[in-house]
Amino acid sequence: MDPRTTTALLYLDGVTVSFDGFRALNNLSFTIEPGEMRAIIGPNGAGKTTMMDVVTGKTRPDAGDVYFDGTYDLSRLDETEIALLGIGRKFQKPTVFEMHTVEDNIALALKGDRRAQTTLFWQETATERQRIDDILDVIRLSPLRPRVAGSLAHGQKQWLEIGMLLAQEPKLLLVDEPVAGMTDAETRQTAELLKAINRDRTVVVVEHDMTFVRELGVRVTCLHEGSVLAEGSIDQVSANERVVEVYLGR
Amino acid sequence: MSDGLAAIANLFGRALDRASIAFLVTLAVVAAVVPLLNLAVPATSPFHLSSYFVALFGKYLCYAILALAIDLIWGYCGILSLGHGAFFALGGYAMGMYLMRQIGTRGVYAHPILPDFMVFLNWPELPVYWYGFDHFVYAAFMVLFVPGVLAFVFGWFAFRSRVTGVYLSIITQALTYALMLGFFRNNLGFGGNNGLTDFKDILGFNVQAPGTRAALFAASAFALMLGFVICRVVVSSKFGKVLVAIRDAEARTRFLGYRVEAYKVLVFTLSACMAGVAGALYVPQVGIINPSEFSPANSIEAVIWVAVGGRGTLTGAVLGALLVNYGKTYFTSGVLAPYWLFVLGGLFIAVTLLLPRGVVGTARHWWREWQARRVAASTARNGALASEASASAHAAE
Repeated sequence: MDPRTTTALLYLDGVTVSFDGFRALNNLSFTIEPGEMRAIIGPNGAGKTTMMDVVTGKTRPDAGDVYFDGTYDLSRLDETEIALLGIGRKFQKPTVFEMHTVEDNIALALKGDRRAQTTLFWQETATERQRIDDILDVIRLSPLRPRVAGSLAHGQKQWLEIGMLLAQEPKLLLVDEPVAGMTDAETRQTAELLKAINRDRTVVVVEHDMTFVRELGVRVTCLHEGSVLAEGSIDQVSANERVVEVYLGR
Repeated sequence: MSDGLAAIANLFGRALDRASIAFLVTLAVVAAVVPLLNLAVPATSPFHLSSYFVALFGKYLCYAILALAIDLIWGYCGILSLGHGAFFALGGYAMGMYLMRQIGTRGVYAHPILPDFMVFLNWPELPVYWYGFDHFVYAAFMVLFVPGVLAFVFGWFAFRSRVTGVYLSIITQALTYALMLGFFRNNLGFGGNNGLTDFKDILGFNVQAPGTRAALFAASAFALMLGFVICRVVVSSKFGKVLVAIRDAEARTRFLGYRVEAYKVLVFTLSACMAGVAGALYVPQVGIINPSEFSPANSIEAVIWVAVGGRGTLTGAVLGALLVNYGKTYFTSGVLAPYWLFVLGGLFIAVTLLLPRGVVGTARHWWREWQARRVAASTARNGALASEASASAHAAE
C-alpha cells in the first residue's frame, strides 16, 4: 500500500469533471480532516452533487486526485468498493427500500459480509438485533419497525436513510440535503442527530437551508461553478462579498 | 456439523410458510392422482383421465417451471428477460440429443450411430459435441450446464456493463433470435428447421407408452415442486432481500456496498438452469424440439403468464402459466382459433391496466388490506369500549 500522502480523511486536488463540454467541477480542491463536520453550500449547478458522485465512485473525474484516508485513490474504485472502504452516502431524494420493512432496511445496511454466498445462508444474530434496536432508537423509528418503508412520511424516510448510513458504520458520511422538505422541529432534531453522529464519524453535509447550516455551527465551504469560492466559519463565509453576490443575494 | 444442519433446517423453516406448504401439498396430490386416474381407472369410468390430458397438462407443468424461473428474476430482481425461451429450448435440445441417440438402428436409415438427419445430409461421422449424449447422466448435466453457462457469460457482460431495463430486455430478445437463426441452419448439426423428433425411448421406456407419459407428468410436477422450494429458499433469505433491494433502488444497494452485478449474474444463472430443466421435461412429452422454440414470441408469452398470475409471488407465476395455457388450448381448438393472439394481447393489456399486481398479487393485496382493516376495527372498538367505560365511570361518580 502507498504511504499516506496527506493527513486528511478526504483529499480532493484539482478535480475536473465535464459533461458535454460543461464543466461541472472545475479544478476543485479541498480537504476534510478526520473527525470534522463540514457544510457545503452553493447555488444550483455549483457542483455539490457532482462532487459527491466523484467521491462515491458514481462519476470518474477527468482530471485531479481524490484520496480517502491518505492511501486510497477513489478515482480508480467503483461504488461498491468505496462503500466497503467506509464512505456512506445519503441521497438528495430520500432513497430507501420502499417494499422492505423499516427493520429490513436497517438490517440490509448493517456492516457485515455482503457476498452472495454469505447472504444466502444468513441467520440474524443477537448482536445484530441489538444493533438494529440501537439504531432505531437513535433515529426515533422504533415504533415503526414492522412498517413498510414506502408508507413512511417524507421526514421519516430521511431519518431511515440516515439510520441506514449509521448501520454501515462508515468513517465518512456524505449527506445530501438532509432537511429538504422537513418541518422546523424535524430540522432541529436532524441537526442534533448529525451532531451526535459527528462525535465518532466524519460528516460532510450539502445543504441549502442556511438556518440549518448555522445551527450545525461548523466550517463552511461555498462552491460556485465547480470550484471553491470561499471557506471558513458561517459568519466569515456569509460576509464574503462574492458569496453574497452569487448565492445569498443582497 | 449439527450447526450446519440446524442452519439448513432454519433455512427451510423460513422458506416454507403455510401458503407454500399448501401449494406443495396440492402439487404432490396432483402428481399422484393424475397418473393414477390415467393408469388405474378403466377408460369407461367417468373418472378416467385420457393420455392426451396427461400429456397436455404435463406440458403445462413444464411451462409453469419456466414461469417460475422468469418470476424469480423479474418479480424479485427486476430483470425482465424477453429471451428466457432460449434457455428453455437449450435444455430441450440437450434432452432431444439424448433421445435421438436412443433411437439407434430404429431410424429410417437404420444407422447405428448417426441420427437420420445426419445420414440424410451425408455426414460421415458424429460431431464431437454430440459425444456423450447417449448417456442420460451426461445429457442431464448438459441440460443444466449449457443454459447455465450461456446465462453466466451473457449476464457477466450485460450486468457488469450495467445494461438494465428495456435495453436488457432488448438484448435478451436479440439473444434468443440469434439462437433461433443459428439452429435453423442445417450445418450447425441440430437437425435444422425440422429439429429433433421421432423419439423412441427414454431410459429404456417407450416415450409413447401411457406409463411413461404418466411418469413424465409426475416428474414434471416433482421438478416444479423442487423449483418452487429453491425459489422460496432464495427469496426468503437475506440474499432474496438484497434482490428486492436491487429491484427497487439499485444505486442505493451499490452505495451500501453490495456487488449488484454478482447478485444479478447468480440469480440469472439459477433462473436459466431452471428454464433448462423445464425444456428438458417438455421435449419427451411433446415429442419434438425445433428452432421455433427459440422464437421471441414464445419468450414474450411466458412473460405474460407471469404478469397475469402476479409477479413476485411465485405461486402466481405457476397459476398464470396454467391459466393462460389452458385458455390457449381452449381457444385455439375451437372456432375462435384465428383470434387467439388478439385474446392474448387483450389479456396482457387488461392485466397491465386493471390488475397490475396479477391475479395472485391482487388477491394477496386484498387479503392484507382486509386483515389490516379488521385489526384497525378491533382496536377502534376496544378504544371505544374503554372510553365508554371511563365515561360511565365518570357518570357513576
